[in-house]
Amino acid sequence: MSLLVRGVGASVLVQDLGRPGWAHLGVPRSGALDLPAAALAQRLVGNEPSAAGLEVLLGGLEVGADDAVWVAVTGAPCQVDVDGRSREFAAPVWLPAGGTLKLGRPATGLRSYVAVAGGVAVEPVLGSRSTDTLGRVGPPPVAVGDVLSVGTTSGSPAAVDATRPPAPGPLRLQPGPRAERIDGDAVDLLCRTSYTVSPDSDRIGLRLVGDPLPLARSEELPSEGMVLGAVQVPPDGRPVVFLADHPTTGGYPVVAVVDEADLWQCAQLRPGEPVRFTRAARR
Amino acid sequence: MHLLPVGREAVLVEVGSSAEAVSLAAWARDHRLATDVVPGAETVLLDGAVDRDRLPDLLASWRPGAVPEGPEVVVPVVYDGPDLAFLADHWGCTTDDVVQRHRSPVYVSAFCGFSPGFAYLSGLPGDLAEVPRRGSPRTRVPAGSVALAGRWCGVYPGATPGGWRLLGHTDATLWDPAQAEPALLAPGTRVRFEDVG
Repeated sequence: MSLLVRGVGASVLVQDLGRPGWAHLGVPRSGALDLPAAALAQRLVGNEPSAAGLEVLLGGLEVGADDAVWVAVTGAPCQVDVDGRSREFAAPVWLPAGGTLKLGRPATGLRSYVAVAGGVAVEPVLGSRSTDTLGRVGPPPVAVGDVLSVGTTSGSPAAVDATRPPAPGPLRLQPGPRAERIDGDAVDLLCRTSYTVSPDSDRIGLRLVGDPLPLARSEELPSEGMVLGAVQVPPDGRPVVFLADHPTTGGYPVVAVVDEADLWQCAQLRPGEPVRFTRAARR
Repeated sequence: MHLLPVGREAVLVEVGSSAEAVSLAAWARDHRLATDVVPGAETVLLDGAVDRDRLPDLLASWRPGAVPEGPEVVVPVVYDGPDLAFLADHWGCTTDDVVQRHRSPVYVSAFCGFSPGFAYLSGLPGDLAEVPRRGSPRTRVPAGSVALAGRWCGVYPGATPGGWRLLGHTDATLWDPAQAEPALLAPGTRVRFEDVG
């Protein structure tokens, strides 16, 4: 079966768990930015965790189904309509043959996730169906008129999903490999500074607006490998938290690293919203 | 060798040189020490390290030259780039000398970055002055452009903005994700440039 795309809103991307293992060739890992939300959607329709779904920025997705299928919408809470009738959010939803699924604009958060039983079956590239917005690896962004193949259903939709969703809170920080590039304790300074989300944040990085961090030295480092969650400080002193499509190498110092378990929040923070950090407990 | 923890899952290993980073990365990949083994200019990032606590012991058994050299690739170049005159002026020589100096060394792909398959190639003669980037990057550098910046040579796999100085171009395919080895110039690859102008 397949889905015919009739509306995409701001941005709709195919995303799965991403393609780790290719960073040495300059390929970002990519993958769903809010992984717990994407995983919940896949579980709700009975898919394997590795199945691909749609990452929908600020609603607006409209798709028609040529055959009946279970779908689920999670992440940023939004109105879910099937053929104009309201359906439950974060639950298995029956989309009948010839039916239309429509997502409204979320009141909070940024990214909603749509899973379809059987998974979105675009051609994988380097082991993943994710769209990487930095290096343009994987399928192009979903566009109106696209016909998205859907794979074969492997499981049944979940009657109940009892997994407790992660709780939002300050982003937990570990010291980074170049913390000494900051005048003072980098983690302390990040925790004490009031930041908000810059409007030029994207899947590459969450850019922060706030008092600049005092750099002890401003010259670039020899390029080195970058990790997911790296807090990189460019010469202007305004930190960037690296997200799934981050460059694989770079020369600006990484002064702290956000715990991977907290990065889902970066997928949902809107421009202008506050960002708080806290020091992670030692492991 | 110096180990720096990076978050919970990764370790950045500092070594003395690009050649050591290439060698250590190849060795770490062979030994499957991490999900991602990412060489840098003077470092190797082990991201998704399999056993972070045992890494110091494991790394102690590596020696520079512990793995054989990488494969050699010949890249045919037409030396018709718009920055040949700039480079001649910068190095105080003729444009023919620029071509000669560029195509003489055997380069080694040290690391990738910037875009998929874009390799930083080391091997420019050490006595040449470092090449400054353009003050403002070109909005579009054609795919296959052969370029210099700092002490690095690079070949643009696709058309992108770019601030490196352009020597010429190649028809070689630098990046093809349908191949088992998607990057022509993966780290460790030795590279010679052939003048086919």
